[in-house]
Amino acid sequence: MTVQSTNPASKQESLVARGLREAFFAGLISLGMFSLYVGLKTDQNMLNELVLVPRWGMLAIFVVLAMIGRFLMIVAVQPWLAARKSARASAAHGQAEVPGFVARNLTVLAVIALVLFPPLVVGLFGMQGSLKWIDNFGIQILIYVMLAWGLNIVVGLAGLLDLGYVAFYAVGAYSYALLSSYFGLSFWLLLPISGILAAFWGMVLGFPVLRLRGDYLAVVTLAFGEIIRLVLINWVEVTKGTFGISGIAKASIFGIWSFDVSAPNNFAKAFDLPMSSAYYKIFLFYVILALCALTAYVSVRLRSMPIGRAWEALREDEIACRSLGINTVTTKLTAFATGAMFGGFAGAFFGARQGFVSPESFVFLESAVILAIVVLGGMGSLVGIAIAAVVMVGGTELLRELTFLKAVFGPDFTPELYRMLIFGLAMVIVMVLKPRGFVGSRQPTAFLHERKAVSGSFTKEGHG
Amino acid sequence: MDGEPMEYFIQQTVNGITLGSIYGMIAIGYTMVYGIIGMINFAHGDIFMLGAFAALITFLVLTGLVAGFPVVAALIVMMAVAILMASLWNWTIERIAYRPLRGSFRLAPLITAIGMSIVLSNFIQVTQGPRNKPIPQLVSEVYDVFGISISLKQILIVIITVVMMTAFWYLVNRTSLGRAQRATEQDRKMAALLGVDVDRTISITFIMGAALAAVAGTMYLMYYGVAVFTDGFTPGVKAFTAAVLGGIGSLPGALLGGLLIGLIESLWSAYFSIDYKDVATFSILAIVLIFKPSGILGRPEIEKV
Repeated sequence: MTVQSTNPASKQESLVARGLREAFFAGLISLGMFSLYVGLKTDQNMLNELVLVPRWGMLAIFVVLAMIGRFLMIVAVQPWLAARKSARASAAHGQAEVPGFVARNLTVLAVIALVLFPPLVVGLFGMQGSLKWIDNFGIQILIYVMLAWGLNIVVGLAGLLDLGYVAFYAVGAYSYALLSSYFGLSFWLLLPISGILAAFWGMVLGFPVLRLRGDYLAVVTLAFGEIIRLVLINWVEVTKGTFGISGIAKASIFGIWSFDVSAPNNFAKAFDLPMSSAYYKIFLFYVILALCALTAYVSVRLRSMPIGRAWEALREDEIACRSLGINTVTTKLTAFATGAMFGGFAGAFFGARQGFVSPESFVFLESAVILAIVVLGGMGSLVGIAIAAVVMVGGTELLRELTFLKAVFGPDFTPELYRMLIFGLAMVIVMVLKPRGFVGSRQPTAFLHERKAVSGSFTKEGHG
Repeated sequence: MDGEPMEYFIQQTVNGITLGSIYGMIAIGYTMVYGIIGMINFAHGDIFMLGAFAALITFLVLTGLVAGFPVVAALIVMMAVAILMASLWNWTIERIAYRPLRGSFRLAPLITAIGMSIVLSNFIQVTQGPRNKPIPQLVSEVYDVFGISISLKQILIVIITVVMMTAFWYLVNRTSLGRAQRATEQDRKMAALLGVDVDRTISITFIMGAALAAVAGTMYLMYYGVAVFTDGFTPGVKAFTAAVLGGIGSLPGALLGGLLIGLIESLWSAYFSIDYKDVATFSILAIVLIFKPSGILGRPEIEKV
């Protein structure tokens, strides 16, 4: 990685030479890697037999791209990173940074912006045009923010690696879907019930894993998530299996106004507004915003309560924690239950928003995405997690919009297909560039004399 | 249920052992990587899938070139190409996604591994299409042994597993490379101080794991005759479960875990319900871990304060 030479002129020269050499090797390796998978495509012919279709042009493009990428990496990116690192190291001894206005009032500004978001979008794009922005972007991102903040209690605060968080989301969604379709209960009654049921399942998961550490914990939580999903698929009499439950009742504004078109107290009719599905979405946007605010408030307050401090102590050192008389059993169980409860809330909301739930929505990939958001945001930092959710979820939603690429790559090009590919690549790249996440510093809850932000490197995590 | 109950049981046991051998071979890759750098290599299941696809494409190339290519030779070539491909991919992935994060905090490489897993399966979906890829049956002989039908495929899978495991055992326990690996596993810094090239050892570990996964992928393709881009996930999770069940970090444990999972799966499907076979597998994992928190053959973690 480091360039040995000291003479700047020869250094530049050798850098280019090295870049070319590395690019050559990168080309060779990528030629090997892609030769079968890109160079040959398996297709079914009329007889339903597989035949190979060569795509040497595509292979050449892949190889050339790999070579150019490697060359730029060596010649431009790595020297730049090294220069930035040394510049930062020399600047680190300077005066402490004074946070700017935006940094100081970030929370207030963000809340104001989010509250103003729906009217602003409606003003800009009209009622129907705003649907996409409020639903696909606003609500979608906020659901993930809420899920990630919920998981953050388990992973970021208590340090218990949970790979099956989506199970609680599923419990919440199905609790709402089943109880509302079988018993006709309302959203506002079922929201807390879903949360409580999910918290209960969090405890059920918590008990067997109390003695497990680290990765054993990870695999049992993963297994738990899969068990819940498989039961949802196979218990057809109740859950209707893979068909899912459709026609789930919409949420109402506390029972006063409804969003059902046929209902007498329909929101639009009550106010003599033109019929539109946008009202419901705007209402849902504020509901999920309130739920997110609740999650954030509870997380922040719990952190400074004895239980939150016990979680953080557990994350840092379980043995020390136990020797200080902290009951690790209740500490772990409350972490699981609290995290799961927020997952349950989000699930109930998801059911009300979609009007349809099926096991498809609760696959392992969802757990992985939520965990990725928590880690990419910088474990334990609520702001960082929100940023990560906006970047990762908003970014992939934006990819759906890239219809102009059809003009470049022809009408067969479907950006949809590339969405998860790019998502995965982004996960890897962000992690490699910023291993500590977007916000890599922590505000300690307990401190001596004065509160100082510490680098994320000083806190442990996932140390079940 | 036809035939004698005993024969039915043995029949299902044979099926379970076959499946378990495949899981065991994948599990070795998980357990070795975990042992040496302490990370869950989530992309390993997808390396297995890449291996199956390499074998599939090689098969098509061979049958395209020569009609009536001898089956044994075809299988060997398929396996060799799959090993080459999977090793190359796993080596590259380790270099670009895991090595920069070595020494970083524990969850960072886990996240890049999950990212890589998403990348690999979607890469195959984009380049090879989302449909199932069926191939004609390569080996179709079935023998009848005392009323139990054993196919040549199953015999081949078990034999290849035994051969691979023996070779592997020799490599890890009897060669200087294996010694370097075990040293790195115990104490990376000390191994480096004593002249072990740690980076190279870790790279080779990834290559070895990938090679076994590729062999498993070829066997899987031969056994089921079909490959699809999502194939990495379920066998991957099962193999990971097997590694944990046997005690992660332990090589015999991985094989034992694989066999157990295979047996549980096929016996549960035979006697109870096929729908809940994965639920049974995962539940047994949870139950075993409650009583033996470090797996069946895993060493209990000693905490030093």
